Amino acid sequence: MRHLLGIEGLRRADIEALLDRAEAHLQGGPDASHVLRGRVVANLFFEDSTRTRTSFEMAAHALGARVLNWTAAGSSVSKGETLLDTVRNIEATGPVVLVIRHRSSGAPHLVAKHVRCAVVNAGDGTHEHPSQALLDAFTLRRRWGRLDGRTVVIVGDILHSRVARSNLHCLTALGARVVLCGPPTLLPPGLESLGAEVSTSLDAVLPRADAVMCLRVQTERQTENFFPSAREFSRLFGLNAARAERLKPEALVLHPGPMNRGVEIAPAVADGPRSVILEQVAHGVAVRRAILEEVCR
Amino acid sequence: MSSTILFRRGRVIDPRNGVDGVRDVLVRDGRVTDVSEAPLSVNEPDVQVVEAAGKLVLPGFIDLHVHLREPGEEGKETVLTGCMAAVAGGFTGVVAMPNTKPVNDSVLVTEYVKAKAREARLCHVYLAGAITKGLQGEEMAEMGALVSAGCVCITDDGRPVMNAGLMRRALQYAQLFDLPVMVHEEDLTLSGKGVMNEGRTSTRLGLVGIPPSAEVAMVARDLVLLEETKGRLHVAHVSCEGSVRLIREAKRQGLRVTAEAAPHHFTLDDEAVGAYDTHARMNPPLRTRRDVEALREALADGTIDAIATDHAPHGVLEKQVEFDKAWNGVVGLETALGLTLALVREGVLSLQRAVALLTDGPAKAFGLPGGHLAAGAPADIVVVEPNAEWTVDSARFFSRSRNTPFHGRRLTGRVAQTWVSGRLVFEDGHIKEHR
Ligand SMILES: [Zn+2]
Repeated sequence: MRHLLGIEGLRRADIEALLDRAEAHLQGGPDASHVLRGRVVANLFFEDSTRTRTSFEMAAHALGARVLNWTAAGSSVSKGETLLDTVRNIEATGPVVLVIRHRSSGAPHLVAKHVRCAVVNAGDGTHEHPSQALLDAFTLRRRWGRLDGRTVVIVGDILHSRVARSNLHCLTALGARVVLCGPPTLLPPGLESLGAEVSTSLDAVLPRADAVMCLRVQTERQTENFFPSAREFSRLFGLNAARAERLKPEALVLHPGPMNRGVEIAPAVADGPRSVILEQVAHGVAVRRAILEEVCR
Repeated sequence: MSSTILFRRGRVIDPRNGVDGVRDVLVRDGRVTDVSEAPLSVNEPDVQVVEAAGKLVLPGFIDLHVHLREPGEEGKETVLTGCMAAVAGGFTGVVAMPNTKPVNDSVLVTEYVKAKAREARLCHVYLAGAITKGLQGEEMAEMGALVSAGCVCITDDGRPVMNAGLMRRALQYAQLFDLPVMVHEEDLTLSGKGVMNEGRTSTRLGLVGIPPSAEVAMVARDLVLLEETKGRLHVAHVSCEGSVRLIREAKRQGLRVTAEAAPHHFTLDDEAVGAYDTHARMNPPLRTRRDVEALREALADGTIDAIATDHAPHGVLEKQVEFDKAWNGVVGLETALGLTLALVREGVLSLQRAVALLTDGPAKAFGLPGGHLAAGAPADIVVVEPNAEWTVDSARFFSRSRNTPFHGRRLTGRVAQTWVSGRLVFEDGHIKEHR
């Protein structure tokens, strides 16, 4: 693939090839430190995310690349430079890949139309976050072997979540059933037509879940009246200890981070035996190595 | 040049006067003098003859909704380039919206645009004045002065009048002048930060949606106010099924409401946004297939009176950006005819109805001259080659802007000639010397 702009539209075989490659990296596989030797990977973060940026940076280093880290803070963007101008200036320095994180949905698509190098979407607005979905699927696949027939409940602010969208595409492509759960105000229309099952009751769907992914809830949404209070949200949609009790014994718990402990997930659950949250982080680098390798082929 | 013109043997369609058939049309001194079934022989030495056999001879089109961008954003369009685009599209009259910089809320701006239009000398430019000063939605503009200066309607287009009390008074006060009040229907608390229609596509793309209720709720409010105050209401760029239903019912009740729909709304649905194509970003947004069908039905059954383009020129800088940062709007004057005739080919409209929506309907909605071809009517005439096929190439627009989602589309039906007050202003792809 030339770019990785999203999971939507990828075939199961494409996804599995990426996960297989990530597995090889995780196992220590053949030395890959020459793959991008001397080449430049540009990290363009128009929106802060230390975690994702660091993960891509480590992945690039592991492939022998040099990394250009660029952030919007204090750049010419704040002086009104357009996205395309910024990107063209950076492209002129000769990177082979642009890794882009941006507040606007579709920003990497716009960039991809106007540059010659590869573009990797590191999260665009409320659209997609493909590398996150791949590492989530990778984490589940390592535990389960395959995802076919499994049920994954994603709970919380679906409306504003790029993680939910990418995971929906990724997990269903791999044969899992995805249940998107949250208050009606945070469930946008048409989710069923994208292949999801939709529920407004976490309690109703929990017993069927093989894994539950809690999404970060932004408290600003409270002032926008998507829900009345963090407390009420937590009571209805938070994965607290009592709810976790009612999960299948072997069910897993995921969170893309950063967590609001005590809001969408209880500390005891986040740190408990079901949690694979730290594995997710650890798998991020291997998955991103696979992505960078793939788009540079 | 001769001031006597004979359009010979064209198929004349004049919906207001019930004409559809091969006719000769005679024009003298800028007015239609005769429309005859029998061939006319004119024994004058300098009569100019237009052989129109196999072509349509139609009243000049009238567009109730264009943005000419002058004064203030001449880089996007000027009165001159806007008029060039108009006559190239078969429009002999356009109504210019007041959201210029400065806003047309005063005689000064009205006079300025009229002077520019006189200089351009291409088509009739009618002015819409603002409902409120500076389009701020707070204080009424001097409606009487605007009408005296020549404004044919008032509107805050681009924005709704959110204050219902003010809207009610505007509808009442406009009755002093029997003036239509044109409304851009959008409840801003419902549309919020939305950038496209709310639905499956906005969900998939992760873009903030605008629900149809943002429009329908305001149409409902204004129809309630209209019923109470009487007056005349014109609903701009109707985009969805709910609005159509309310307008249909209001007309049945006898309220003086008229409505327009834009070619992009009756042609495209929200999937045209594709991979974040900003040329498909407009306000109101492209809706669903079902809404498109409802608009088509409403065009056919008379619920919608006029096709208006909402011609909204923008430069590359406003469109080659992130979708949520792009400006709303599409240019429409040069593609309207082809897109309207597509509805005829698809069996949605009769040819007569399609012509009525471009001529008689808009003329009557605002009480404008023209829109028909009876003896005495201004000689605003379009000659159309109905079967000519062409491909939209935005690089060749006369408009100064290129923002269209229809670039590359095959269309059938092309303007061969445009005559304004008996003067040939456009022919075979060229603007005639306009000075
Ligand atoms: Zn408008």
